[in-house]
Amino acid sequence: MDTTTQEKDVLGFPRLGQPAPVFEAETTHGTLRLEDFKGSWLILFSHPADFTPVCTTEFIAFAELAPELKKRGVELCGLSIDSTYSHIAWVRNIEEKFGVKIPFPVIADLNKNVATLYGMIMPGESKTETSRCVFVIDPNGVLRAMIYYPLTTGRNMQEILRLIDALQTTDKHGVATPANWKPGEKVIVPPPATAEAAEARMKAGFETKDWYFSKKSL
Amino acid sequence: MPCIDSSGHMTEIAGKILAAMADGTPLNEVAEKTDLPLYRIRSGARELVEAGLVEPKGEAYVLTEAGRAALANAHGLA
Repeated sequence: MDTTTQEKDVLGFPRLGQPAPVFEAETTHGTLRLEDFKGSWLILFSHPADFTPVCTTEFIAFAELAPELKKRGVELCGLSIDSTYSHIAWVRNIEEKFGVKIPFPVIADLNKNVATLYGMIMPGESKTETSRCVFVIDPNGVLRAMIYYPLTTGRNMQEILRLIDALQTTDKHGVATPANWKPGEKVIVPPPATAEAAEARMKAGFETKDWYFSKKSL
Repeated sequence: MPCIDSSGHMTEIAGKILAAMADGTPLNEVAEKTDLPLYRIRSGARELVEAGLVEPKGEAYVLTEAGRAALANAHGLA
């Protein structure tokens, strides 16, 4: 493989709204394929390396978030460029030292196949570690959201949960969600697409500031 | 947690999945019966097919003769 091809592989990024890249990978729960998660939401996330402090806090936080995610039909799957044995040793260490059992599988991506498919490696940060990426994949296997954090910054679990709630609310009610939205708050009614619909929108009974800006309670 | 260990024996989790599969039980029901996530059941079913213990039948799986023998053996009935 020439340098150009290698760089293209490393820099490749998936796209929102398109099918998530398919994979088959060795994990701490055996060989898993993306299709095994079909019908569930999936949060596929990467971390830089096992036995590192920020990653350990994140794994504990993901494990603590797992019950809330399960209520929402969401599965978790971690990934780093480490071996299955390293993953097993680390999750056992987390249970022993922190009293937290890691309930989700962790991909051992030693050959970087999945990391490359999903653009998890940021050469400017590290060529041998995955950055802190989060990919939200819906029950149909479509990539719905991506979050990228640098090596130095642990992720905010409440934001990830909020993102899931927002996506599921959008799917269920055909609405959008405003800045800082949380479940129970008013949502955005999609703007009307025609002049006639804009006129009608003003009389539709929503909380309307102008024809393009309407909110409603669910 | 593969269904078949390095010595070629069925693991405890595989026995659990195999028993719950019965003949033609949908995989989502197998997941409920075993209290395992559906993705684990799907990957487990794949391994059990490779091991010749079940075979696909429509959307579900049925135990092969070897699968029934393995299950009986696991239950101490053989």
